[in-house]
Amino acid sequence: MINVQGLRKAFGKQVVLDGIDLHVADGSIFSLLGPNGAGKTTTVQILSTLLQPDAGSVSIAGHDLKREPEAIRRLIGLTGQFSAVDTVLTGQQNLLLMVNLRHMDRRAGKRRADELLERFELVDAANKPVSSYSGGMRRKLDLAMSLIGNPRLIFLDEPTTGLDPRSRQTMWELITELAAHGVTIFLTTQYLEEADRLSNRIGVLDKGRLVAEGTPADLKHRIPGGHVELQFADATSLDRAAQSLSSTVRDENTLMLRVANDGSVEALRHLLDQLDSSAIPVTGLSVHTPDLDDVFFALTAQPTAQPTAKTNEKEAAQ
Amino acid sequence: MNSLTYPIVDSVTMLRRTLAHMLSNPVVTILTTIGTPVILLVLMYNLFGGVIQANSATSGSYINYLTPGMILITGIYSTGWAALRINADMTQGIIARFRSMSISRSAVLNGHVIGSTLGTLTSITVVLGLAYLMGFRSAATPVELLAALGLILLYVTAIMWLAIAVGVWGKSPDAVNGVLYLVYILPFFSSAFVPTTSMTPVVAWIATNQPFTPIIDTLRALLTGAPLGDRAVVALAWCLGIGLVGFIWSRIAYNRSTKI
Repeated sequence: MINVQGLRKAFGKQVVLDGIDLHVADGSIFSLLGPNGAGKTTTVQILSTLLQPDAGSVSIAGHDLKREPEAIRRLIGLTGQFSAVDTVLTGQQNLLLMVNLRHMDRRAGKRRADELLERFELVDAANKPVSSYSGGMRRKLDLAMSLIGNPRLIFLDEPTTGLDPRSRQTMWELITELAAHGVTIFLTTQYLEEADRLSNRIGVLDKGRLVAEGTPADLKHRIPGGHVELQFADATSLDRAAQSLSSTVRDENTLMLRVANDGSVEALRHLLDQLDSSAIPVTGLSVHTPDLDDVFFALTAQPTAQPTAKTNEKEAAQ
Repeated sequence: MNSLTYPIVDSVTMLRRTLAHMLSNPVVTILTTIGTPVILLVLMYNLFGGVIQANSATSGSYINYLTPGMILITGIYSTGWAALRINADMTQGIIARFRSMSISRSAVLNGHVIGSTLGTLTSITVVLGLAYLMGFRSAATPVELLAALGLILLYVTAIMWLAIAVGVWGKSPDAVNGVLYLVYILPFFSSAFVPTTSMTPVVAWIATNQPFTPIIDTLRALLTGAPLGDRAVVALAWCLGIGLVGFIWSRIAYNRSTKI
C-alpha cells in the first residue's frame, strides 16, 4: 500500500527526516513510534499530500506522490494530531460536509453518516455543535469524518494523545475493527503499549531516522531476556537471597531483588527451588518479559518521556 | 455530475458551510457585522446633520449625503468578520483535512468570499432600510440604480477577496486585526461624512487620493443624481485593483501555507 524510499525533509537547516525507507502492506496496521520531534507528524503530512518532500520517492497504492496527488487524495483519510473538525457545526453537519466533499450520493451519504454516528456512539450529540464535545468525542467524530467515502488507507496522527483511558480503549477497538474490514492503517504514537497492541509492524523513528522496523515480537527479541522481581520482608532475607542467587540487582530501599530470568516455567521452577532449599522467605514475586520500553531505550539510548506529562503539555497548547 | 463540475460543486459545499456558520449564531453575526455601521449612521446623522444641512456642498439633505458612504462603511466593517473566520480555518486542523481530500483547491476561498459577500449585501440592505426610515430617498433612474447595485456588488466582492487574503495570510487573529485596523480608519479620511472641500489641505489630499472617496462619490452621484464626472473610472479601477490584489494574494497565501 505504501512504499517509501530515501524520504528526506528539512525545514531550513533543521533536518526533520533524514532518509526514511518504509513498506506498509495492504490491510495491515503500521505504527510509527517515536518521541516528540522525531519526525512522525512530518512523515504523515508528506504521505497524506500536505507537504512536499525534499527528496525520496513515495508511492501509495501504486500512485506516485509527486505526479498523482489527486489520485492519492481520493484513497486516503486523515485524522490529524489537532482535531480536524468544524467546531461551529454539529456532528452530523460535519459528517454531511464530508459526504458532499467526497461527491457521494446524498441519500447513501446520509445513511453512512447515521451509521457512523451510531457506531461511534455520537447519536445523542449529533445535533449539538462540536464546540460542546469532549476531547474523546471530537476524536471519534474526527475519525468518523475520515471514514466517509470508505478510504482504503487511513492516517492517524497520535489518535489517542490526550484521551482518557476509556476513550483510548474505544479508539483502539475502532482501529482494530477498521483493520478487520481491510482498511490499511498508518498511525503514529508515542505510546509503546499502543503500538504493541495494535500494530502488525512497528517503525521506530528517532531524530528523523528509522532506527528499527519489524513486528512487535521482532523488536522485543532484540532485547536479551527478561527478569523476575522478588520482594522480601526484611534486609536479612534480601542479603541471603542475593548471596545464594546469581546475576542479581538489589534495591535496599524497596527490599527488592531483580534476577535475570527468561520467565519460562523451567527457569521459574529452578529459581523457586533455590529459594526453597535455602529457606529464604519471599513475600512477593513478579515476572517481567521485555516490553517495548526496554526496546525503545536500547535502540535510541534515551528513556521515553512520561506520556502523562506530554499529554498535559499538548492539552495546554491547544 | 462529472469532474469538470467539481470546482463548482465544492465551492457550493463550502458556501453552504460559511452560511451555516453565519446562521449558527445569528445574534453575534448581526452585532459584529452591522452594529458599528448602524451606530455610525445614527451618530453621524445626529452630530453633523444640523451643521451640514445648511452647507450647499452637500446639495440636499444630509441623510442623502451620508447614506452612500454608509453603504461602503458597512462593507468595510464586514471584512473583519470574514477575515477572522477563514483565519480560524487556517490556524486549526480542519484545513489539513480539506487539503488532504480531492477537492477543488479554490473551493475553500470561493466559499468564504461568496458567503461573506452575501452576508455583507444583507447587512447593507438592513442599513439602507434604516437610512430610508431616517429620510433617505434616491433620485436615481432605473439605469442609475442598476449601475449603483452593480458597483456595490463589485465593491463588496473586491474587499471580501482582500479580507480573505488577509485572513489566510495572517498567522494569528491579532495579525489579521492589526492589518484590518488600517482599513477601518480609512473611511474617516474620505468623503463619507463630510465633503473633502471642507477639510484641511493635507487631509483633503489623503481623502481625495484614497480608494474609498472616488467609490463613495460615484455611488452618491448614481443614487442622488449628482453629476458623475471622471470619478466613476477611478472608482472602477480601484474596485478591480483591490479585487485582483485580494484574489491573487489569497491564492498565493493559501498555497504557501503548507504547514498546519
